[in-house]
Amino acid sequence: MITVENLSYTVANTCILKDISVTLPKGGITALIGPNGAGKSSLFSHIARLLPLQTGRISVEGLEVSPSNRQALSRKLAILPQEVHFATRLTVKELVQFGRYPHCQGRLRSEDHAMVTAALEAFGLMSLADRFLDTLSGGQRHKAHVAMTYAQDTDYLLLDEPLNNLDIAASRALMALLRRLADEEGKTIVIVLHDINFAAQYADHLVVLKDGCIEREGKPAEMVTGALLADVFGTDAQVAVVDDTPFVMP
Amino acid sequence: MRAKSLWICCLLLVVCCVLFMTLEARGNWDFVLWFRGRKLAALLLVGAAVSTATLLFQTISRNHILTPSIMGFDALFTLIVTLAVFTFGAAGYNHLPVEVVFFVNLALLIAAALILFGTLLGQYRVDLMRMVLTGIIFGILFRSLTSFIFRMIDPSEFATIQVNSYARFNYIDVNLLGLATVLTSVTLVFCWRMRRQLDVLGLGFEIATNLGEHVARRQKQALVLVAVLVAVSTALVGPVAFLGLLVVSIARLVAPNETHATLLPLSAVIAGIVLVGGQAILERGLGMSTPLAVVIDFVGGFVFLALLLRKGWT
Repeated sequence: MITVENLSYTVANTCILKDISVTLPKGGITALIGPNGAGKSSLFSHIARLLPLQTGRISVEGLEVSPSNRQALSRKLAILPQEVHFATRLTVKELVQFGRYPHCQGRLRSEDHAMVTAALEAFGLMSLADRFLDTLSGGQRHKAHVAMTYAQDTDYLLLDEPLNNLDIAASRALMALLRRLADEEGKTIVIVLHDINFAAQYADHLVVLKDGCIEREGKPAEMVTGALLADVFGTDAQVAVVDDTPFVMP
Repeated sequence: MRAKSLWICCLLLVVCCVLFMTLEARGNWDFVLWFRGRKLAALLLVGAAVSTATLLFQTISRNHILTPSIMGFDALFTLIVTLAVFTFGAAGYNHLPVEVVFFVNLALLIAAALILFGTLLGQYRVDLMRMVLTGIIFGILFRSLTSFIFRMIDPSEFATIQVNSYARFNYIDVNLLGLATVLTSVTLVFCWRMRRQLDVLGLGFEIATNLGEHVARRQKQALVLVAVLVAVSTALVGPVAFLGLLVVSIARLVAPNETHATLLPLSAVIAGIVLVGGQAILERGLGMSTPLAVVIDFVGGFVFLALLLRKGWT
């Protein structure tokens, strides 16, 4: 359970988040959705401790998100930021090995090697293990990054717009994989999504943000309606229902 | 594989050292070994200091193009020395013990580096373009201030600092050698112990934070280490503009992987080869016709341009 209490965030006199209090449930996939500029990524960055807290409190299963809990948090909460690129030339395996850093501080023990192999296998990356990241396609590289967070072996996994730059096949494969992690391994997955249809299809819980406030939250089947799109997104799109799942007509 | 490239480089370094010590050696061997041995030690020390400083700086600023000297670190050190001579006068400056002067300069350099570059690196996202521009402007500022003071002081004082403002591998200031050896060794041990954390820092602010690193604090620690190493090398041989960039780029080319456990020793050994081998060839083979610093800056400058053109800004 991730608890956010009275979180406000102001940049250059603009209020990005306004006194947000929300509880993200343990287990399953929780999707943060909302129009551009609603504060989804800011909320994500605060939970992921990428931005310093100005006001308010955030805790993950009672463990406060603060600089002094850095290492304990890195064993409880793994984050995958948007658009990661770094200057270092790494192979897939080397990247996934970094996922074990919170547990072994870089000195890999046999159980860490086992976990790395398990992560590579779970994501079908064994054949690519020794390839350099810059020789992979966008989808494969993305998978390698998710595999790193998987190797981190945390109960919570936070992803910021992971479907950006992925085609439909890669997007579906990634979401199915996250679904499997939630269902089979009991992980809690919090994901910032742009595409409401993906959120409706794969998430268990939706949190809708608008203008820096939590607008509403609940189950996707009840939430995704024409009214939501009109009120929050300001567009009068039609919503169809296919196999009990709402579907926004583009 | 990792061991192989390192061993080959070590072997080359040993060959260079032997050549440096024995080529055209005439007269009393005791004297030759003592005289050249000190220079050799200084060159190896400078090589290790410059390459490590460059590697650390590239890691914390997350790019393979910038180096402490391009960012104006050693120009800052020269400025501090110049200011000291200007304030105390050449006589007063030369009266002070070398060690005291060095430590005061070092403390000032560390403080200035933390203020100037610490704030720049501490941002949420490091903007490379801004770093480059800031570095160039700092560099020009420090050099202009130095030459401004040059014009104001009297000629005898000018001679005191002139030695400090150009790279010189022929006339190494051996007074500081003992202190420099101790300081560099201690700093290098710290760098080596930080190698795994440095690997993580190289992945960028977000991932390093995710993996539980305190990025801002580590960057400051690394900046202090960089400042110490730059101060030592600048005090010994003066500012060397492109040496670090050259040797670290070569190290990345021959290294089988980019972990700091590989790159730290490899780039130090390559720096040793470039300095000792280059100095042996230029001093004995070509009869001191060209200063080594000129050759290194010439080649290093080309490497800098090639990196800029090939990699762009990403």
